[in-house]
Parts: sequence; C-alpha cells; structure tokens
Amino acid sequence: MREISLHLIDIIQNSVSAKATLIVIGIEIDTIEDYIKITITDDGCGMDDDTLKKVKDPFVTSRKTRRVGLGLSLFESACERCDGYLEVYSKKGKGTEVIAYMKFSHIDREPIGNIQDTIISALLNDNVNIVYNHRYNEKSFEFDSRQIKDIVGDDLSNPEILDWIKEYIAENIQNIDGGAF
Amino acid sequence: MKSIQELEAIRKKTMDNVNQRTDRTTTRIVVGMATCGIAAGARPVLLSILDEVKKLGLNDVSVVQTGCIGVCRLEPIVEVIRPGEEKVTYIKMDAEKAKRIVAEHVAEGKIVDEYVMHVVDGKVVNDYTVQRDL
Repeated sequence: MREISLHLIDIIQNSVSAKATLIVIGIEIDTIEDYIKITITDDGCGMDDDTLKKVKDPFVTSRKTRRVGLGLSLFESACERCDGYLEVYSKKGKGTEVIAYMKFSHIDREPIGNIQDTIISALLNDNVNIVYNHRYNEKSFEFDSRQIKDIVGDDLSNPEILDWIKEYIAENIQNIDGGAF
Repeated sequence: MKSIQELEAIRKKTMDNVNQRTDRTTTRIVVGMATCGIAAGARPVLLSILDEVKKLGLNDVSVVQTGCIGVCRLEPIVEVIRPGEEKVTYIKMDAEKAKRIVAEHVAEGKIVDEYVMHVVDGKVVNDYTVQRDL
C-alpha cells in the first residue's frame, strides 16, 4: 500500500464484512512526542480468542476465495518498519479495535494520503456510519456521518452529497495541519 | 468553506431523485475493494465512476463495493450488471478506463470489449487485445 489511507480503507472493509454499523476512525499526530496513532474501532461481530491470536498471520483469512489474507499483515509491516507496532483487540459479539503506531518522522512512514476518499468509499456501504477524528497536536476535527444523515436522510449515495462531504473533510483537515502529511 | 446549510439545500433539490432509486430497474456497477483491489488502485477507480455517473446525470445507477472477486492478479475489477442482461466483468481498470465504461456501457449499452475479461478453455486471457477486422 502506498498510503495510510489505503490501509485504512482495507481495515474498514473488514469491519463492513463483520456487519459493523458504526466505525470510529482516529488519526492522532503528535509532533512533539513524534508519533502517529491510527485507531479503527467497530461494533461488528468480533472474533473469538483463537482467531484473534492468528489474525495477523498472512495465511489466516475468513474469506472463501483464497487462502491468504494480507490486509492486517501489510498494515503491521508498515508500522514495524517505522519503529511502531500494530495491536488488535476483539470480543466476540462486541466488536474489534485495531490500533497502529508509527514514528511520525520516520523516513519510511507512508504519507497519510487521501482520507476524504477513504471515508467516501466507506460511506457507500449501506447502513454504515463513520465517525472520523483527526488530531494534530492540540488541534482537532471530527466528522460524524450520523449528523449528515439527520439532515439528508439515510441514503448518502447522491453524488452532490458525496462531493459536499469530500470537500468538507478535505477543508477541515487542511485547516488543522495544512494537509501536507 | 462548506456549511451545513448547503446540505439542507442539496437535500431539497435531490429528494425526488433519491426516491426514484428504490425500484429494481437500476444498473449495478460493482467494484472489488478487498486488499488486492485496493493495492492495485481500486479507490480511484471507484471515485472516478462516481464522478462520471454524476457528470452524465445518470440516476438509475447504483455503485457498490464488494470483497475479493477471486482473480487478484487482474484487479482492479469492475462488474457491470444492466437489468435483464448478463454480468460483464472488466479487468485491470484505471480511472480513465472506468470513465469509458460508464459513458459507453452503462449509459449507452455498448460493451467496451478491450477491457472485458476473456476466458478461453478455462483460462483467463488477460493480455487480450482487440484485433482489427481486415
């Protein structure tokens, strides 16, 4: 993967397959402590302890089309090559949380990339709500698709609404950190 | 700067369009968005399809995502299912190719032959190119 936002959309797809209805995404950048922390929390079906132990193994997957599952493994290696690590917590029936840490100034850290496109892609799934928190040092921005749905109704697939959301997120991120990471 | 008031205006304007979409005569455009698809560039493909659908003002089209279709080496994969017709699988997509598919296949019903997955004797011939008729 070339961008953190592409890892994100991959993990979000896992949540969607797990029948999640609310996915909370967080990106936290601290330039003083020099880290970036990415969290994805869902209320999907979760995993039992046995599956959880094996979840980062590339040869473990729940999909039926082939025997390898690279999503979490790729994300973990992206973290580890930047002096970071990846943690997965899950409770059967409750949901799953993925936490990724990277050293922010590491030369191999992937750029954050196009977050708004990732959120738009996620919102195209039916019955999925996304909360996105973006924090850069002391400044932060939150997007909550439930607020949008309160105004325009449950169907966000209208192109004009999607465009609005896209620009709204892009502008706000730009305001916080200049969007250059 | 975007404001919430704008959203309200969009809602009023598009209310009718949204209601029309509940019937089942819509064309479905399916984009493979598993790890393999995303790594190969499925996100720009998905977004350019949305863009083109908007640009051409196509109302009876739903753009949806799916998981791994099973031929990862041919990703990004886009499937077009028009009502009453057979599914057409397009392979090795990019943003520009995807636009052509929306404009020619989805809007006008003409299948874009160069990008279709061709299976010959049970094998996928993925470097297929159209030969000119002599």
